[in-house]
Amino acid sequence: MSVRHALLALLSEGPKYGLQLREEFEAGTGEVWPLNVGQVYTTLQRLERDGLVESDDATEVGPKKGFHITSGGTEELARWLRTPPDLSSPPRDELVMKVLVALRVPGVDVHEVIQVHRRYLVELMQQWTRLKEDEADYDLSLALVVDAELFRLDSVIRWLDSADGRLKRAAADAATAVPAAPQPAPPPVPSIRRRTGARR
Amino acid sequence: MSMLELRGVTKVYGQGDTVVNALRGIDLSVEPGAMVAVMGPSGSGKSTLLTIAGSLEEPTEGEVLIDGALLRQMSRSAKARLRRRSIGYVFQDFNLLPGLTAVENVALPLELDGISGRRARAAGKRALDDLGLSNRADRFPDQLSGGERQRVAIARAVVGDRRLLLADEPSGALDSVNGEAVMRLVHEACKRGVAAVVVTHDAQLASWADRVMFLRDGYVVDQTAPQAGPESLLSTPGQTQ
Repeated sequence: MSVRHALLALLSEGPKYGLQLREEFEAGTGEVWPLNVGQVYTTLQRLERDGLVESDDATEVGPKKGFHITSGGTEELARWLRTPPDLSSPPRDELVMKVLVALRVPGVDVHEVIQVHRRYLVELMQQWTRLKEDEADYDLSLALVVDAELFRLDSVIRWLDSADGRLKRAAADAATAVPAAPQPAPPPVPSIRRRTGARR
Repeated sequence: MSMLELRGVTKVYGQGDTVVNALRGIDLSVEPGAMVAVMGPSGSGKSTLLTIAGSLEEPTEGEVLIDGALLRQMSRSAKARLRRRSIGYVFQDFNLLPGLTAVENVALPLELDGISGRRARAAGKRALDDLGLSNRADRFPDQLSGGERQRVAIARAVVGDRRLLLADEPSGALDSVNGEAVMRLVHEACKRGVAAVVVTHDAQLASWADRVMFLRDGYVVDQTAPQAGPESLLSTPGQTQ
């Protein structure tokens, strides 16, 4: 979350005081992102240093000090709104690692490991949904924030479901491919080194 | 008392080499006002669980109680009456009768139960009003949008004094906004004391439930813990960067 650009967005509506910016920031994000007032002032100082905002009165300090956006700030805000965020996957997704590792550890049932994470994620989604049912009708910002979180968690669950199914099929294929073997072959284990070495 | 109770329910299809254990020793209890979601991959037994809970199929072993009454001890006609009066079903593909208007579809289970056409229609109209469909009552299913059709199906499932709602992938092919609207309606029905079981593979729908059960190969392998309040999500330090 870019506090810097959120403050620029609030100032694009008109001049505001620091305390007011903090209140509007929290209201505008459905109060899901708390912000301390120190952070507001530090960010404002940097924005001022970079020429993106100006304070109304250089002599005034504290909560009474007002700020307004500069034309440079307006341009920066427009640029940021249209710049895609970095959605490339992290070099090591912890959950993916756990599932890959579970495949290799003797005595560990990977499906059980997957289920532990699936349950945790569904419980988290239940909590977010409660929030929606209580308040979302009255607060559009909160509804948008909650939806974003639900879709994100949902996508992780879908990956777990797909991994679960893929592993089950792989185990079944391995079992039928080697019918004479005394024990069914274990599911193929992807090379962790190859996968994680791809990016770092 | 539970509105729906399953005790050690097992369902076996076929025999010999082709035997399929669809459900194995399922225990489930749904109180009035509670919503339980059942999640699991296809073939895990979700839909079988719902048809057995709705008395549309009989378990191979185990007992089903609806509102405290043992289904095994009921006659066929008593079960049919129970289905008409107490149980509402919502299916993925809505299952509205194309030759009847919205209000006629909703009133149908009441009329089948011997309630006069006029009274049944009035109750159907009220159920539609509750779901914001007052101005759609006289339209035929093919004159309604997908979201509206599913709301009509839900009105039909809760019309009269139905206290058990069984839904199989109730949002069907609806988009997420309409899917959410469907779950809000089920949630509202639960607030009025209806007990609901929703079978789905969609975590966003399941997250509306008070409790989520995970089914795999006919077993309940896991379920969610009782909920912490949503407050715990707010004011988590360190979220703002």
